[in-house]
Amino acid sequence: MESKIEVVELNAGFGSTHVLKNISMSIPRNRVTAIIGPSGCGKSTFVRCLNRIHELVPGAWVRGKVLLDGKNIYDSDVDPVDIRRRVGMVFQKPNPFPAMSIFDNIAYGPKIHGMKKGLERIVEDSLRKAALWDEVKHRLKDSPVSLSGGQQQRLCIARALAVEPEVILFDEPCSALDPVATAKIEDLILELRENYTIVIVTHNMQQAARIADYTAFFLMGELIEYGETAQIFENPRDKRTEDYITGRFG
Amino acid sequence: MQARKLKDRLFTAFCIGSTLLALIPLGSMLYTIFVKGFSVISIDFLTKLPAPAGEPGGGFGNAIQGSFIVVGIASLIGIPLGIAAGMYLAEFPGSRVSRVVSFTADVLTGVPSIITGIFAYLVVVLKFGGFSALAGGVALATMMIPFIVRTTEEAMKLVPRELREASLALGAPRWRTTLEVVLSTARFGIITGVLLTIARIAGETAPLLFTAFSNRFWFDGVMQPVATLPVMIYTYAISPFEDWHAQAWGGALVLVAMILALNIGVKLAAGRRW
Repeated sequence: MESKIEVVELNAGFGSTHVLKNISMSIPRNRVTAIIGPSGCGKSTFVRCLNRIHELVPGAWVRGKVLLDGKNIYDSDVDPVDIRRRVGMVFQKPNPFPAMSIFDNIAYGPKIHGMKKGLERIVEDSLRKAALWDEVKHRLKDSPVSLSGGQQQRLCIARALAVEPEVILFDEPCSALDPVATAKIEDLILELRENYTIVIVTHNMQQAARIADYTAFFLMGELIEYGETAQIFENPRDKRTEDYITGRFG
Repeated sequence: MQARKLKDRLFTAFCIGSTLLALIPLGSMLYTIFVKGFSVISIDFLTKLPAPAGEPGGGFGNAIQGSFIVVGIASLIGIPLGIAAGMYLAEFPGSRVSRVVSFTADVLTGVPSIITGIFAYLVVVLKFGGFSALAGGVALATMMIPFIVRTTEEAMKLVPRELREASLALGAPRWRTTLEVVLSTARFGIITGVLLTIARIAGETAPLLFTAFSNRFWFDGVMQPVATLPVMIYTYAISPFEDWHAQAWGGALVLVAMILALNIGVKLAAGRRW
């Protein structure tokens, strides 16, 4: 399997707190890779290192390499702004821009990157890809605050898609949503897999089992086990993985 | 049990009583201004120039016009500077410059307004050789800036971190994130703060006495002295003429009504989130 992202001995933390310890793993192209593990195990910090958002927190530090198509994104000649366009992110809590209309929320990214014409087209395409077009096409000028939580999250996905990323990171995208909205987001992720490389953080193991091709189990900042989802859930090699997925802790 | 309830009642009554007591001066002042000022208000009073001493009639039209102009000049200078400094404080907290700006804003807030007037006198009046609307505007802008700095800083700090991250995660540079996401999200708070600051400084008299000075004619350019409501009220109130005293009450009513309208308007609009 061809890899899109190659993580090599990644260490990260905040000040004197060492959160991620020597993580090395390869994330395959056009597949869904799930990161599971108990709260505080470093899952979020890990994905936030993949688009250089982690370093925005005061006191945060990163060591090691993250190769995106073979090029280390932490090299000094790499512009983090460019990396963040190529590696999009959907956050835990839906976070549409409340002061902008639904349309402007999606047009914001393309405008930042210099697109002036054809914004209507991009907005429609992005909303269609995020399976939200039919629900909002008559209210594009409205505030996103009027949408439900699930719709807001799909709006955030559409917003991420509008800048044409290659990778999309999902940081517990369904933890604030009800089961119906969760199912919609999961279907959507499975569709997006055709064209994007997807990494999803979740502490819902059923979710990982449903949508992920590969699953990585993190514990206390270490990568304990990584492999095909079926193997991780049915035949874990590490005792700690087995304990976690059978609900003995976490 | 009974004693506890009794204490509770007594204390509640004490609090309500204190509140009412504190409201008496406000109510009495508004009542007096309304009663004494209302009979003076007329179309002529609002639109005409003051009459020469001894002649009846005339109005405060030029002072109303002048107040708008001086407050307008103050806003043109004070709002952009205040918002820019507030943005800096919110975006770069803890930097050395930030601490200095923050401390300066605190000190400026406490500077007596007459001192602000002296500052504008030194910087503008002496430099350009005369009293002027510009000098008055500079004096009021100096008073506005610290309030706008604080209000902008607070409003921007209330914008959740997730929104900044959402913008940065789209590959937006930091300056665009600040201007287009953070500032636009905080705009209600900033506009409210700016309007309340305008209401606060519109009635300032001391800084205008030796900056904008006064004038018995219409506005004649930013480098000329200009009449303003507070200074006009002051001049008329300390004059020896009965009819001027009455007109001072009329001016007071106009000023208080404008400031109250601005305050109440902001409260209503903020309640409806614009």
